[in-house]
Amino acid sequence: MLLAIDTSVGTSVAIVDLRLGVLAERSSDDTRRHAEVIGEFIQACFDEAGIAVADLSGVVAGMGPGPFTGLRVGIAAARAFAFGAAKPVVPIVSHDAVAFGVVQPVLVVTDARRNEIHWSSYAMPDAAGLPTRTSGPSLARAAELESIVSAHPGHRLIQARTVSAAPLGLLAESLYANGRQFAADVPLYLRSPDVTISAGPKRVTG
Amino acid sequence: MSEPLVLGIETSCDETGIGIVRGSTLLANVIASSMDEHARYGGVVPEVAARAHLEALTPALKRALAEAGIALADIDAIAVTSGPGLAGALMVGVGAAKALSIALGKPLYAVNHLVGHVGVDLLDGEPLEYPTIALLVSGGHTSLLLVRDLVSDVELLGETIDDAAGEAFDKVARLLGLPYPGGPQIDRAASGGDPAAIRFPRGLSQPKDLDKHRYDFSFSGLKTAVARWVERERDAGAVVPVADVAASFREAVVDVLIAKAIAACADYGVPRLLLGGGVVANARVREIAAERCAAAGIRLRIPPLELCTDNGAMIAALGAQLIIAGHAPSGLGFGADSTLPVTTIQA
Ligand SMILES: [Zn+2]
Repeated sequence: MLLAIDTSVGTSVAIVDLRLGVLAERSSDDTRRHAEVIGEFIQACFDEAGIAVADLSGVVAGMGPGPFTGLRVGIAAARAFAFGAAKPVVPIVSHDAVAFGVVQPVLVVTDARRNEIHWSSYAMPDAAGLPTRTSGPSLARAAELESIVSAHPGHRLIQARTVSAAPLGLLAESLYANGRQFAADVPLYLRSPDVTISAGPKRVTG
Repeated sequence: MSEPLVLGIETSCDETGIGIVRGSTLLANVIASSMDEHARYGGVVPEVAARAHLEALTPALKRALAEAGIALADIDAIAVTSGPGLAGALMVGVGAAKALSIALGKPLYAVNHLVGHVGVDLLDGEPLEYPTIALLVSGGHTSLLLVRDLVSDVELLGETIDDAAGEAFDKVARLLGLPYPGGPQIDRAASGGDPAAIRFPRGLSQPKDLDKHRYDFSFSGLKTAVARWVERERDAGAVVPVADVAASFREAVVDVLIAKAIAACADYGVPRLLLGGGVVANARVREIAAERCAAAGIRLRIPPLELCTDNGAMIAALGAQLIIAGHAPSGLGFGADSTLPVTTIQA
């Protein structure tokens, strides 16, 4: 049984189990209130699932890609919860959860803000039904979407407003059941911090 | 619960702080700073700080528990800074604290960073006496508070209307070609300099300003004045007397800080002044504060330096006082508030 958390776009929390399926899920596509809602969502999932923290075998963290401020809230929550519960963190690429269960090639696109998008492409799922990422996650200008789509003929375009934590958790269960590797425990910011190294103090007198 | 065991989480600026207290006894104070990462930019870069918090948080938690010699399960409550501070940085602590609180089944207290700077004074074994004036000066804030009661009555008397004092130190250090962070650099450069060599302006200290801004601070004009002075010297082909400029600039900052704090003590008839924030590390701040407080019959309190800079112990200490005073936990719905007013002691 897994607690799954994703804040790469909106906020989504779920409790899932390989055999029992989705026990509870709470989601919001609000891209500005991750820190406000995260705790209530986790609590609501436990209340609805009727399980104890000790019943978990791990905590799934959607590692992005996503705009950094929101993305970090979910990863911080997943890591802290796992630490408190003495369970492992299970990192998963958020886009993989969107592609999971779609039985055709997919192009997953999420909003990266500032007129940019995050995108990943997937071939048909493999024999175990797991997503096969063929490129990405990458960052592109929103205006490039059209050319990305035409470069991927036969791909279904999914523009996700929230990465749902239920498939995120179920994907983690399936990866584990099939002896596959999880993602690296590294946030996928795909952008450097916006800083320029100043050339030196500017003159104040003319 | 008379002596609650509280874990405090602080991520409002560039220090990831995890502290553990039992009532007003300090058990652990772990600080992971991202200061070195900001050095090449000459100031705190919010996104760099927030990324560092995410990576530092769990290791700092582990170290704090080891330092305190307790298990997570022993903790009675969690306290976290919900503001004021850098929004993206605060959110890391808030997200982590909420999750940790649910995982442990322990109550969560969202507290005010500035009031935490005051509460930390409890940890040196002496009770806080009220009322007290508190002067909190760092790279992120410059605030003058009147504290009548730590958990129920804190008033903002004044604050900076532009740069924080710590920022002014950073900017003038850069101007003089000194590295970041500027505070210790200016301090070092100023030793041997003449603080009276150049009369730099004291912000918001003219009679006309005092009506509206009696307890407010401004360092932007001072910074510009130093820049003008240095440019004029350089343009004239003179060698800039770095020690004198540093000493005179530092004197202007410290003079205004302490003058306004002492004025507040006098105006409100409060014979106590508490200093907090990283700028307290500045030797001249402590020196002038001690001199002028002694002259005015004001009792000066300066917590140990590692408790003056941003830390988790101060957040835990404030959380413990809220619990002792019978305050209910904050619940899970609060957010990070970068401009949380000082009157909101608990969010
Ligand atoms: Zn501070």
